[in-house]
Amino acid sequence: MSYLKKEMKDYWKHNLKYLIILLIVWFAVSFGAGILFVNQLNEIKIGGFKLGFWFAQQGAIYVFVILIFVYIRLMNKLDKKYGFNEDDNL
Amino acid sequence: MSIQIWTWILVGITFSLYIGIAIWSRAGSTKEFYVAGGGVSPLANGLATAADWMSAASFISMAGIISFEGYDGSVYLMGWTGGYVLLALLLAPYLRKFGKFTVPDFIGDRYYSNTARSVAVFCALLVSFTYVAGQMQGVGIVFSRFLEVDITTGVIIGMVIVLFYAVLGGMKGITYTQVAQYCVLIFAFMVPAIFISIQMTGHSIPQLGFGSADDNGIFLLDKLDGLHKDLGFSAYTSGSKSTLDVFCITAALMVGTAGLPHVIVRFFTVKKVADARKSAGWALLFIAILYTTAPAIAVFARTNLIETVSNKKYADMPEWFKKWETTGLITFTDKNQDQVIQYVANKELNELEVNRDIMVLANPEIAGLPNWVIALVAAGGLAAALSTAAGLLLVISSSVAHDLIKRMINPKISEKGELIAARASAVVAVCIAGYFGINPPGFVAAVVALAFGLAAASFFPAIVLGIFYKKMNKQGAISGMIVGILLMLFYMTKFKFGWWFGGTKEDWWFGISPEGFGSIAMMANFIVSIIVSKFTPDPPKEVQEIVENIRIPSGAGAAQNH
Repeated sequence: MSYLKKEMKDYWKHNLKYLIILLIVWFAVSFGAGILFVNQLNEIKIGGFKLGFWFAQQGAIYVFVILIFVYIRLMNKLDKKYGFNEDDNL
Repeated sequence: MSIQIWTWILVGITFSLYIGIAIWSRAGSTKEFYVAGGGVSPLANGLATAADWMSAASFISMAGIISFEGYDGSVYLMGWTGGYVLLALLLAPYLRKFGKFTVPDFIGDRYYSNTARSVAVFCALLVSFTYVAGQMQGVGIVFSRFLEVDITTGVIIGMVIVLFYAVLGGMKGITYTQVAQYCVLIFAFMVPAIFISIQMTGHSIPQLGFGSADDNGIFLLDKLDGLHKDLGFSAYTSGSKSTLDVFCITAALMVGTAGLPHVIVRFFTVKKVADARKSAGWALLFIAILYTTAPAIAVFARTNLIETVSNKKYADMPEWFKKWETTGLITFTDKNQDQVIQYVANKELNELEVNRDIMVLANPEIAGLPNWVIALVAAGGLAAALSTAAGLLLVISSSVAHDLIKRMINPKISEKGELIAARASAVVAVCIAGYFGINPPGFVAAVVALAFGLAAASFFPAIVLGIFYKKMNKQGAISGMIVGILLMLFYMTKFKFGWWFGGTKEDWWFGISPEGFGSIAMMANFIVSIIVSKFTPDPPKEVQEIVENIRIPSGAGAAQNH
């Protein structure tokens, strides 16, 4: 039982580490690039887009989608490593 | 064929499709009624969540709002998508592991208290009712504008359809109709967007099109900024709200999205924890297709509109202008009597008022697209409104039948009795929603923003703390939720309805609008919850074990699910 407890603790710590990293990116692309630093980034232009404006209306959304799929991959691996993945026939 | 005949055909086909699906997927048990039996595939659940989430507002109004607000409209784009990251990372997998039917179920069990459960039921009902009234109204508007029946008839047709598949099929019926509705609405949204993008920029991908140049080599966004400048509007790409307010509104919409019960409950329908994560990914991908296209439509429509009307003779206006004028959505008052339309930022001189919903509804006509494309927009708008309405009705009926009757009033009710209660409350809810759709209370628009604020201020902190803070107890959670809700209600009623001595923009606390205040109320909830929990007894051992259990996808907890 205590062995399982330790496993659970380690798994949770790992999970929290992933969450913090992913949420920092989440914050950076939306609140950072799209809102707080939008004017600075707008000085840079890529094609017809000012970069800050692009992050606010396009870029942040693409990154959000990527973040969730990265999270899915990381967690599936983590589940497997600790043997917490569920069988399909469960 | 005329637009009207095309509209009847497309609406007829899609409605029979929804009814067909409802008959095929009837619910036989409460588990099927509340969570579709828990066996929905992640892909199907992703599609259903996307349709559930994207309402009449996303489909009809959002591109128009962005069109008029430019950069400031980004709050909706980031707010209504960024919430899914929170949902996927902080809520969905754990709530799925918890394995119950509703959000009040989680709050009530995690905080071992029927008081907490009642507060949650109250919030769920309040949020869902305000939201559903808006959807019914959306159904009525689409019917009346495209099919020229009156709004009442439109709402009643919509009610009958929703009633049929929500009452018969429960969550199971709703899930599979939502899958079909997603396909209809995304097709209806993308086809005109792609057509117009090709027309204006030569790009078939609208997301790239609005960043490219026109025939003269001038970038579309630069051109639009220039047009805005000439007419006295603030530049399209920079906006006029304060940074703090934009920050707070975005945060409130994100957190509110993650806390909306009709979205959360969709993640109870999949088989396992890994599937809950996966379907959140699919859902956001499907939502992102529409949400990244909307700002492109906004730019195309805005440029088209200004170029068509600004400083042009009123007599030379195209047919669509006259048509939407008769509906009152475009109004022209020739203030200086020169027969020319002056469309400028200065309110004294401006002669043209344009309702923002037109930007999506009339966009295909403005761009001169074929009749079947115009009809498609009507079918898409209906799909968006009906799918969201159905999801909300389910939350209402499960809150009443499951949380109130089964868990609080009469725990001994039989499975069959509970199912009858759930269906009966769905019927009552449809009738109430229909009534508000036909007689919309003036405060609907204000209250929809309130729904997000309320969800942010009540559910989100209670659920997140319930998962991530083992020592959070019932005293902390209940006082946090109550403080959050009351603060939000107070600020909203003060500045939207003028209660408590009212107030104007100058009186906003720190310059934060009522739309953005949800994030402040949410912070208050977090702080109060944590402080109160420090001074009150820890939650019982069993509850702490439940928390440890929901953090692990399987293993130790597998037995609990059965």
